[in-house]
Amino acid sequence: MAAVSGDARLTDLEDIIACPQCDTLHVARIPALGQRAICRRCGYVLIAPRRGAYLRTIALALTVTILMIGATFFPFLDVRVAGMSNASSLFDTALAFVDGGIMTALSVAVAALIVLIPVLRSLLVLYVVAPLAIDRAPLPQAAAAFRLSENLRPWSMAEIFVIGCAVALVKVGDLARVGYGPAFWMFAALVVVILLQESLISRWMIWRDLDPKNRPA
Amino acid sequence: MTAPIRTARESGLVACTRCARVWPMGTAECARCGSALQSRDTRSLQRVWAWLIVGFMCYIPANLFPMLKTRVLFTETDATIVGGAVELIHHGALGIALVILVASVGIPIGKFVAIAYLALTISRPAALSSHRRHKLYELVEFIGRWSMIDVFVVAILSALVQLSVVASINPGPAAITFALSVIFTMLAAQSFDPRMIWDSGSERAR
Repeated sequence: MAAVSGDARLTDLEDIIACPQCDTLHVARIPALGQRAICRRCGYVLIAPRRGAYLRTIALALTVTILMIGATFFPFLDVRVAGMSNASSLFDTALAFVDGGIMTALSVAVAALIVLIPVLRSLLVLYVVAPLAIDRAPLPQAAAAFRLSENLRPWSMAEIFVIGCAVALVKVGDLARVGYGPAFWMFAALVVVILLQESLISRWMIWRDLDPKNRPA
Repeated sequence: MTAPIRTARESGLVACTRCARVWPMGTAECARCGSALQSRDTRSLQRVWAWLIVGFMCYIPANLFPMLKTRVLFTETDATIVGGAVELIHHGALGIALVILVASVGIPIGKFVAIAYLALTISRPAALSSHRRHKLYELVEFIGRWSMIDVFVVAILSALVQLSVVASINPGPAAITFALSVIFTMLAAQSFDPRMIWDSGSERAR
């Protein structure tokens, strides 16, 4: 990205982009599709436009929502030992800590981290991006919705949960026989979709398109 | 690439850390995304230390108390985080034991040290360059969430292995303190304003 040199160029602040990580100023120039504009001091990705990003984001967000509903209530894993068996869904996993005491808080947290927050983020992204994709004005409170979605990003832990599954399966492997339910595969697919969705979103592009100034009424 | 680096602060501007828009110094709220604007988050370090200390306090009981209570027929065994990993090594599952040890011991301790180092070197001369310290910060931000893995393992096992008298697995008290420790250190990393890393670097260069 080009450096900001003279004071004359600072008159139009809309063309200036400051790296959120190191405060370096750049002149905002949107790179070609598929290219990335990075901060020249710290390498942070500033702008990364993708072809058809909004439509694809919508498709993926819908996929996440539908898969998550399925993955939550279908049997996730089942275990058999000595003629006894127990099937558990993702919902049961989240409720594993419910004992009426302080552990219940942990259940709520686990449910939020692996199910509620990923779904909520998908819905928020749908709400924000859908009008932009069809060139309409953003819906009311779209900026607040996108802010919330961004704040929740580190707390969406579906992909960590999948690695947790792998570890749990090995641990339980010599105690009992474990079978995979349909929800297990749904959840595995879900993680791939969430990661794809993350790589599509260029935050700066969305913020620019949400800006009321850029939308002649 | 030869043009000198100019920061928003040096140009009398304040940058929005969320949407990267710049405004004249003194603007209180970003009109594009609605975030509160601050040229440098001056109380950032206080919050970092507070969260870090609470996180560390939660990490101690997380290692002392059992994480998992396994009951097979009539024998009940409690396993701490490290104890569980040692058990896995005895079973020959070296790879999985390594994952647990890295995620539950290596990453948390590394994170305490790294965040403390970053916070200390804001006001003191640092052995590492700003670039190195910024890489360290990115690593801490990226990797911190992965410590949650052990909590999820406990949740899966406790939900799955409930076979009345034959075998059952239940969570121990360490599960909750460990989860809290991970959450608090994530908050510590998020409170840190990485722009200060670069400020201290450029001040010494002059």
